[in-house]
Amino acid sequence: MDFNFTEEQSMVRDSVASFLQDKYDFDTRRKIVSSDAGWRADYWKAFAEELGILGASFSEELGGLGGGAIDNMIIMEEFGKALVIEPYLGTVVIGGGFMKHSGYAGAASVIEGIVGGSATIAFAYAEPQARYTWQDLKTTAKKDGSGWVLNGHKAVVIGAPFATHLIVTARTGGAQRDAGGVGVFIIDKSLPGVVTRDYPTVDGNRASEVYFENVSIPADALISESGLALVEQVMDEAIAAVGAEAVGVLRKLHEGTLDYAKQRKQFGTSIANFQVLQHRMVDMFIEVEQSVSMTYMATIKVGESAAERAKAVSAMKVRIGRACKFVGQNAIQIHGGMGMTDELAIGHYFKRATMIEGLFGSVDHHLKRYESLSFDAAA
Amino acid sequence: MNLDFSPEDLAFRDEVRAFIAENYPAGLRDKQEEGEEMAKEDFLSWHRVLAKKGWVAPAWPEKFGGPGWTSVQRYIWSEETARADCVPILPFGINMVGPVIYTFGTPEQKERFLPATLSGDIWWSQGYSEPGAGSDLASLKTKAERFTGDDGKEYYLVNGQKTWTTMAQHGDWIFCLVRTDPNAKIQEGISFLLIDMKSPGVTVRPIITLGGEHEVNEVWLENVKVPVENRIYEENKGWTCAKFLLAHERSGIAGVARSKRGIERIRQIASTELSDDGDSLIKDPMFKRKVAELEIDLTALEYTELRTLAGEASGKGPGPESSVLKIKGTEIQQRITELVLEAAGHYGAPYFRGFPTDGDNAHPIGPDFAHRAAPTYFNVRKTSIYGGSNEIQRNIIAKMVLGL
Repeated sequence: MDFNFTEEQSMVRDSVASFLQDKYDFDTRRKIVSSDAGWRADYWKAFAEELGILGASFSEELGGLGGGAIDNMIIMEEFGKALVIEPYLGTVVIGGGFMKHSGYAGAASVIEGIVGGSATIAFAYAEPQARYTWQDLKTTAKKDGSGWVLNGHKAVVIGAPFATHLIVTARTGGAQRDAGGVGVFIIDKSLPGVVTRDYPTVDGNRASEVYFENVSIPADALISESGLALVEQVMDEAIAAVGAEAVGVLRKLHEGTLDYAKQRKQFGTSIANFQVLQHRMVDMFIEVEQSVSMTYMATIKVGESAAERAKAVSAMKVRIGRACKFVGQNAIQIHGGMGMTDELAIGHYFKRATMIEGLFGSVDHHLKRYESLSFDAAA
Repeated sequence: MNLDFSPEDLAFRDEVRAFIAENYPAGLRDKQEEGEEMAKEDFLSWHRVLAKKGWVAPAWPEKFGGPGWTSVQRYIWSEETARADCVPILPFGINMVGPVIYTFGTPEQKERFLPATLSGDIWWSQGYSEPGAGSDLASLKTKAERFTGDDGKEYYLVNGQKTWTTMAQHGDWIFCLVRTDPNAKIQEGISFLLIDMKSPGVTVRPIITLGGEHEVNEVWLENVKVPVENRIYEENKGWTCAKFLLAHERSGIAGVARSKRGIERIRQIASTELSDDGDSLIKDPMFKRKVAELEIDLTALEYTELRTLAGEASGKGPGPESSVLKIKGTEIQQRITELVLEAAGHYGAPYFRGFPTDGDNAHPIGPDFAHRAAPTYFNVRKTSIYGGSNEIQRNIIAKMVLGL
């Protein structure tokens, strides 16, 4: 049993943490969120060149530093603590994940772009009717000579406004909800016929509705013609990474609440002396610790068989979802009116926690997935 | 025991229903349906219609301009206005300061303030909370020092800061608790003052909340001169008014009728939204169960409120039992917003200040209900904090009901 990190991993954590401490304090983050661009392209460049973290999770053959899911976990947790907006999840975890696992011919050059900071990726998978069912697709990719023609509408594509590339799921065959015929493509966002409508999200991020209007894409855009298993693998890794981000967010919610309760006085004493609040903060602590454990467990298991991996990840997402709600709501409650203000950081952590709760599947969705994997399969 | 409405009550319900159908401002309904933010005039338009009809203050005695309804009729009224999604009548004048004035005010104060409160000519703000006080209301620090003006009249010089003042950006007058005797025990030496917000020295600053709304404010009082005749009840006895007002505030706080409408709305939303398996969300066993549990809990709250109402009708004032209504009522309101956000799925994330097609009619973003789902969820976290936090309400029950 060893839950320790390697020296390299500890170095990655320290360098990310110290960069964010210097350059991503809450006021700076607020300015980034309200700026026209909505992110800091120069920080992205610094992630690539100064910190080298965009390559941390890729093997050395692919131009990376030789890490993997644990490196993503470490980085995402630190990003959670600072509420970082920049698209690490979409670009490195998801975009990079597709490149690593697909055997896609263009993978090396895309990864080179990711590691160097020139390629940013958003994953356009959700559709308005589909909820969290990845294979429910009305978007179609039809063969056209050697290439394809793409038509459809993708919902709430997080990070699309910052992306140079989109990874898109589209039906290459079969009916709307079939497991087969789920095509995966990588396209340049600037292709003619790609129409985006950008907007902010409630947690300060940016997203787009993406419309494909007879978009002609070349043959080499195809990552997989029937890639549902690939999508599931990459999404499970993404969910594990989001769990790590949640851990960062939850730690800050809990710490911030403890600090506030100690300094806030009411009825002539610090409110941290009230037993009802002490027990509440203990329960929050328990939720945070269990979230950390589940994130480690899921991150370790992302490399196992599809069924093991999915079960581990869904179990984690259920716990994390509940922790986000419990810790988030109680952080606001214990802060009282101050917790309701836009001015304090605590509310912004609560908003991110709330969005993570629903991201890549709600508690109910993952509970059902877990149930079917752990009961139906055995029956 | 008989829980049926009498024929007279049913006739009253029909009359109310017809009145709302004919008189609720159409423009207001459109604005609500499109999820637009309400302006001052929007709140006042329905208020004025009701004032003209004599229905704006259901709980007021007839001699001060109330309709003389029974508690059952008042219950029917709140049911019907919620059912029709009517914009709520702001409570600060009608439910809070109005009853304080007709109970504790002088004949001159009643004459001066009650008709203008009913008509909507005075927009009241509440100056109770202070920074650092929260639910510990009696720790308030705003000072009012008595002096004789150059005109020979008696005044208070008021200095301090109030906070969480809802809709104070529109306020004409503010009712404040102020400390008139700094040496008295903590709940003594407090007075209840009415302050004209146009007085020099009154500054209102916005507080933006989690959902992005400008709903609450800070109110700064710097050397504000307030005539002594604007004090309600005796000097240093303001706590009596304060407690009276809080009991009134809590009695309306359960929001049963609004929550019923909220659950009905969830059912509507979930019958058009799809679940993961492609069927309607309301058929999803997990979602359905949560709605069912909510309905059952709301039923328990409703019958608890009815028992409280029946007690009031037989002469018992709203007592510490109203804390039960506050706790359960606000928890249910919060759970409703959780389920609406859950129903929104991915479309809970987009954030728009106005309507989501602003500036681009070609592609509306997500279902109509979804763009307010997250901001409302965030905003409604306040209900377990304000009006005496739910932790404080539990303390009240422990002390006053259970004798602990």
